[in-house]
Amino acid sequence: MVDTVKKNTDIRWQCRRGMLELDLLLNNFVDQNFKTLSQQHRQSFELLLSYPDQTLLDLLLGNSVSSDAEIANVVGLIRATPFN
Amino acid sequence: MSSHNASHKNQPIERRQFDTLIIGAGGGGLRASLQLAEADLSVAVVSKVFPTRSHTVAAQGGMNAALANVLPDNWHWHMFDTVKGSDYLGDQDAIEYMCRAAPKAVYELEHFGVPFSRLDNGKIYQRAFGGQSQDFGGDQAARTCAAADRTGHAILHSLYQQNIRAKTHFFDEYFAVDLLKDDEGHVLGAVIFNIHDGQIVVIEAKTTLLATGGAGQLYKTTTNALINTGDGLGMAMRAGIPLQDMEFFQFHPTGIAGRGMLITEGARGEGGYLVNGDGERLMERYAPKSKDLASRDVVSRAIAVEVREGRGCGPNKDHVMLKLDHLGEEVIQKRLPGIRQTCITFLGIDPAEAPIPVYPTAHYTMGGIPTNRYGQVVVPVKDTPEEPVQGLYAAGECACVSVHGANRLGGNSLLDILVFGRAAANHIIDYLKENKYHRVIDEKIINKVVENVKRYDLNGKQSNNPSAVPIEKVATLRKELKQVMEDHCSVFRNEEILKEGVEKVEQLVQRMKNVKIDDQSFTFNTAKVEAFELENLMACALATMHCAYARKESRGAHSRTDFTERDDKSWMRHSLYSYENGLDYKPVRTKPMSVESFPPKPRVY
Repeated sequence: MVDTVKKNTDIRWQCRRGMLELDLLLNNFVDQNFKTLSQQHRQSFELLLSYPDQTLLDLLLGNSVSSDAEIANVVGLIRATPFN
Repeated sequence: MSSHNASHKNQPIERRQFDTLIIGAGGGGLRASLQLAEADLSVAVVSKVFPTRSHTVAAQGGMNAALANVLPDNWHWHMFDTVKGSDYLGDQDAIEYMCRAAPKAVYELEHFGVPFSRLDNGKIYQRAFGGQSQDFGGDQAARTCAAADRTGHAILHSLYQQNIRAKTHFFDEYFAVDLLKDDEGHVLGAVIFNIHDGQIVVIEAKTTLLATGGAGQLYKTTTNALINTGDGLGMAMRAGIPLQDMEFFQFHPTGIAGRGMLITEGARGEGGYLVNGDGERLMERYAPKSKDLASRDVVSRAIAVEVREGRGCGPNKDHVMLKLDHLGEEVIQKRLPGIRQTCITFLGIDPAEAPIPVYPTAHYTMGGIPTNRYGQVVVPVKDTPEEPVQGLYAAGECACVSVHGANRLGGNSLLDILVFGRAAANHIIDYLKENKYHRVIDEKIINKVVENVKRYDLNGKQSNNPSAVPIEKVATLRKELKQVMEDHCSVFRNEEILKEGVEKVEQLVQRMKNVKIDDQSFTFNTAKVEAFELENLMACALATMHCAYARKESRGAHSRTDFTERDDKSWMRHSLYSYENGLDYKPVRTKPMSVESFPPKPRVY
């Protein structure tokens, strides 16, 4: 239980970034979708969060596409999440 | 779950000692830490996020330096532009120092590995920005060095790598709550906690540098990341240090309306223009010569006037439109791809087909912690307006040195953080030669700060609420504060709006005392961080509102509809605001280091 709790805390804090655009996209995704993500998608999302901000921005704005299919998949989910 | 929340409760508190503690790992903090680590000093850098996620990463435009690679230039012209841009509130000794140091700062970065864009002849490319001139107000200059559109990213990553090489000690994802200050006024470090497990660490340091960035999260709509909560400013206020010139907050004219994402001036540079609700190209009336490329404060005021007078766009007539579609898809895709993707992602609007809704958006904190040009934090003591606080330094957006005065020029913020991060480090190196040993700290001082750090721990359990005072939530108060600042301290201000704003902020500050954190939340420690961040924002709001209410003139970013002119006789002075003494003022340092002073003149572009 504690591990899961810590993990969720970590994920939330990893979404604090240096750019407003990333803050909005990542937090919106976590708010709406994180709890229902498959284990595979969670792992890909965590890996995505380890990317540098500029790389992340390029991926999430569609300026570049990841060669990793799993990462590309989760990027697609983030981009498809509507803003409330 | 409770073991997670209270994981630090019964553990002994860790204590560490360093020569220098740096709070904040953006460009200013990392430039300073590198200088210190290379001087073989022990340096700790505390950052609430991983260092390369600091807001410096978002700086796209570039960094000013009179290299004269594209057009004729020299540091003295750069100095003139910066003094004029500051609306004569900038301190001219610091401005001279910065402009003289700029070329060296660029070459140092190149040495550290920053890949500046190049000209065909191999020299560093320089682009033209607003407010730059040749020969003291003559033709346009080209002074901004850039690494494509990701200059901040390149600088931050290069500095971080250099710091790893130099063995700087990083406390990543730790939150600094308060400074340790003894009875004689020496600052001796800070108390921090680990965001993941709540573990408290006392850091004793012979010198402490605040480099925590700005406070853009004060406003509902801002271009700033969520991390920009004025933490160093709040810490300084609580340590009895006044904040300076907080009424001067820069609003970028073209943030996406209601959202904040920045649409760079480059969009107007490529031929984009603003239209109002009547479809009229509005800037032709406000700046017939430079039109949409007038300076930031001029364009921001023009947009705000249009909306205020009922000529806005949309169902609520609360924004104007930035029109780019006439440029054609090919030009937009080639020259403004980032903007196009931002608009498609966040608005579902392709600027090649439809205009972008924009409104002036909170962007940069010109005010901050008062320092001299050596980065020393300075406070008024009796008749001395600037007495250094022993052991305490500040650099970057959290500091007010003041090189930006009432209005910052594009390209001068990256320069500021690098020049004064380095200058502060150099002064610290000299200071430590004279102050070799740690001062003894009274345990009572440490215990008091540690107790303060613990004050939100498990306080949600005190929900029987015997005093019948309503419990306040961080998220609610933050939302209200941002709305108050947006409504009462935005582009246009007047007596009535500001008076009401002061009252509302004072009320919010009182309500902050009743904040409780729900200890059942799985995000306990981040909730605690958000409570401390809100306290810091409250301190910034209080200083900003009081200074703005008191300043009865219009200068730079502070625009009063009831006092429309600049009043140098009464107001060419810096504002100070502290909890202890309220408002105070000190003179502008009009005497440069080596050249003649630039006397105030009407600011015409």
